[in-house]
Amino acid sequence: MAVTPLTGTVLRMRDIRKSFLGVPVLHGVDLDLRAGEVHALMGENGAGKSTLMKILAGVYQADGGTIELAGESVAFAHPLQAQQAGVSTVFQEFNLLPERTVAENVFLGREPRRRGLVDAEKMNADTEALLTDLGLDWLTPRRRVRTLSVAGQQIVEIVKALSYDARIISMDEPTAALADEEVELLYGLVRTLRERGVAILYVSHRLKEIFDLSDRVTILKDGALVDTVATAQITPDELVRKMVGRPITSFFPDKLPGTEVGEVRLRIRGGGNDQLDGIDLDVRGGEITALAGLQGSGRTEIAHALFGVARFTRGTVELDGKPVRLRSARQAVKAGLALVTEDRKAEGLVLNQSVAANARLVLDAVLPGQAGRGAKRIPGILSSLELVSRGPDQEVRFLSGGNQQKVVLAKWLATDPAVIVLDEPTRGIDVGAKQKVYTLMRELCERGVAILMISSELQEVIGMADRVVVLRDGRIAGELPSGSDEESVMAVATGQVETA
Amino acid sequence: MTTIIKPRLMARLGSTELVYLALVGILLIGAVLVATKGGNLFATANLVDMLTRSSLLGFVALGQTFVILCGSLDLSVGYTMALCSLIGATTMAGDPAKVPLGIAAVLVVAAGIGLVNGLAVSVLKVNPFIATLGVGLIIKGYLDTNYQGPAGDVPASFQQFGYTRIGFVPLSTAVMLIAVVLGILYLRKSRTGYHMFAVGGSKDVARLSGIRTGRVIVTAHVLCSVAAGVAGLLIAARFGTGSALVYSSGYDLDSIAAVVLGGTLLMGGRGGAAGTLGGVLILAVLDTVFNLLQVDPFFKDVLRGVVIIAAVAIYARRQIDRKASRPRFGGNGGAPPEPAPTPDPAPATQGATR
Repeated sequence: MAVTPLTGTVLRMRDIRKSFLGVPVLHGVDLDLRAGEVHALMGENGAGKSTLMKILAGVYQADGGTIELAGESVAFAHPLQAQQAGVSTVFQEFNLLPERTVAENVFLGREPRRRGLVDAEKMNADTEALLTDLGLDWLTPRRRVRTLSVAGQQIVEIVKALSYDARIISMDEPTAALADEEVELLYGLVRTLRERGVAILYVSHRLKEIFDLSDRVTILKDGALVDTVATAQITPDELVRKMVGRPITSFFPDKLPGTEVGEVRLRIRGGGNDQLDGIDLDVRGGEITALAGLQGSGRTEIAHALFGVARFTRGTVELDGKPVRLRSARQAVKAGLALVTEDRKAEGLVLNQSVAANARLVLDAVLPGQAGRGAKRIPGILSSLELVSRGPDQEVRFLSGGNQQKVVLAKWLATDPAVIVLDEPTRGIDVGAKQKVYTLMRELCERGVAILMISSELQEVIGMADRVVVLRDGRIAGELPSGSDEESVMAVATGQVETA
Repeated sequence: MTTIIKPRLMARLGSTELVYLALVGILLIGAVLVATKGGNLFATANLVDMLTRSSLLGFVALGQTFVILCGSLDLSVGYTMALCSLIGATTMAGDPAKVPLGIAAVLVVAAGIGLVNGLAVSVLKVNPFIATLGVGLIIKGYLDTNYQGPAGDVPASFQQFGYTRIGFVPLSTAVMLIAVVLGILYLRKSRTGYHMFAVGGSKDVARLSGIRTGRVIVTAHVLCSVAAGVAGLLIAARFGTGSALVYSSGYDLDSIAAVVLGGTLLMGGRGGAAGTLGGVLILAVLDTVFNLLQVDPFFKDVLRGVVIIAAVAIYARRQIDRKASRPRFGGNGGAPPEPAPTPDPAPATQGATR
């Protein structure tokens, strides 16, 4: 690890608080950044890392707390203000124009002019100087951003940030979309920046990177600060424990009596496509199989592959022992699959239609033969889920998140599926609705339905699953039995240990 | 192997080069077809015909290029043209001394229409399709109530704008070409021009970079309407009077077709005036060729439609290829990711990638 130059604290965030729609996301977080340090920010999904970062960037405004930049109190109302004050952020989604050149992107909005016209020569020369200075000779100012790799685009973002004389650069999972050899390129740039006294806030899930790069680590959990420590003084084990360490509440219902693990209902062998490889997966009736892993590890991609959204180009899929070809969502539903999608508003519901219309959607569209019979079941399903609405004619956009999710579940239960895939089934819903979802999952198991649950909430995974299949970088990294702790799941997901 | 080489070659060519390549191709095919009927596509009369056709549409499409680059659209150009032809002709009222006044009146009114369009889109956040259609309908209503037939009288001196020729190049076409060159320079050299690409590419990125997106959109709309106004003046010069009926000649959709044919993305953010000129010329050549071949006018429209769809389908294909997400695993056998894609020095792409 490089020697950190002795320099002062450039940023001091104190007691930062933020709520969304009354739900507190950050309760009083402190963060200090020193010039010339790489400061890692760690925590599980939903720990509040992104929110903290967006407050620093001026995207969100804190509800409470203070931010001091080089001793002066600041409050950024707009990202541009933060940028002009020397705080730049490289978000996961790029703020670049793919159709324009590197130089045009770097100087966007402040193109140098001569005699009233844009001085493209100067713009290119200045960009060239910046790039050469950083040792990025392979990148030319006139190259179109579209033609660059993801890492290249990330580097353009960083160069753009630097061109504003950034003293602080924060990066949100900069390596999430990078291939291994590209990561090295980014490492090099981060180290160069550190040597120049730039403070870098580095959000990442990957333990290896934290230990490769960072000088200090701040760990968040459930919106609160756990600790800030020097990276050299902590082991990966301790770090993981600090991230997840909390008691598992008796929040999850027990298995219903009479639930039996039955035959394999869904079998994937050697499944693969652009994003996945070598997926071997068995999901048995009466069993909850959880897919765990970091964001982008391939969990949702498996659901999408089964549903023909981005289908498997290799391997075989069997349902109840019969090989099936799933080339579209329609075929998947006909074969007996159901998918409760991650994003219910965009993918699960027609928001300006009624509860009744949404609940009948799949039946009417895909299984018209059963629509009559199935529709008769819908009122019963909805009431067993304890849906709170003003009646079947209410538009679903007026329902709470939890009740919307119940409508999505009803829509799929009406098709009487053999295998149900639940992608983040409890995201953004209240505690009561969560428990209802968990109870429903137990009931389905008792009826012999096979459940494949995808979740970023480790507690949920541990609390509900009979088996946990952990994915990493599009491959199955390991399988853990029921009763495993969060730390071992995280260890496999982050690649800290290899499980066969 | 050819199937692999061909798309690569196409990808290396810029859209503009591709447009002019298509133009040359169409000229050659057209020339051969006309020759089989015993004609000569490159005879002076035919050249004049093609260029005359392109001057009117050229102005309108040039203006349309600015708004489409910004991710907007203008469906009111036809009505703006008609209104401006009337304002020009009635203001001039046969008096050569009033020609400058007539031109000034047209430019002011056109700029005002553009301002309304731009504000409706950027401030009221009305979808540009609806906003400009609405403004167009308002103008149409005004025209239909106030002008039953041709009105006004254009003095002979100004009619020269419609009929004078320099060699085989009509004066109006020469003016149009100058306007296009100015448009190209504006987009490539002015800050506002740069910002039009940014706003069309991504409004959020533009705003986060401190660009006042509203101003850029309004500027584009004003330029568009003024260009349509100039086209209106040209109509007045050709007809000798102003005419309300021009609005039914389809210049609104033709101008959009020309812009898109010229390689500008309908979503905005990529393209330019040079490509649009190519698109305009392609349409003009097609029309002249169809006329010489005496193609049935209805079938002519069918052919034009096919050409436009085919062109855009080609662009869309190119666009998809470029946007394809980077696969984590190879297409066959689950091989590891493709070899080091990043630090390729690519000196070949330096310069001249416009």
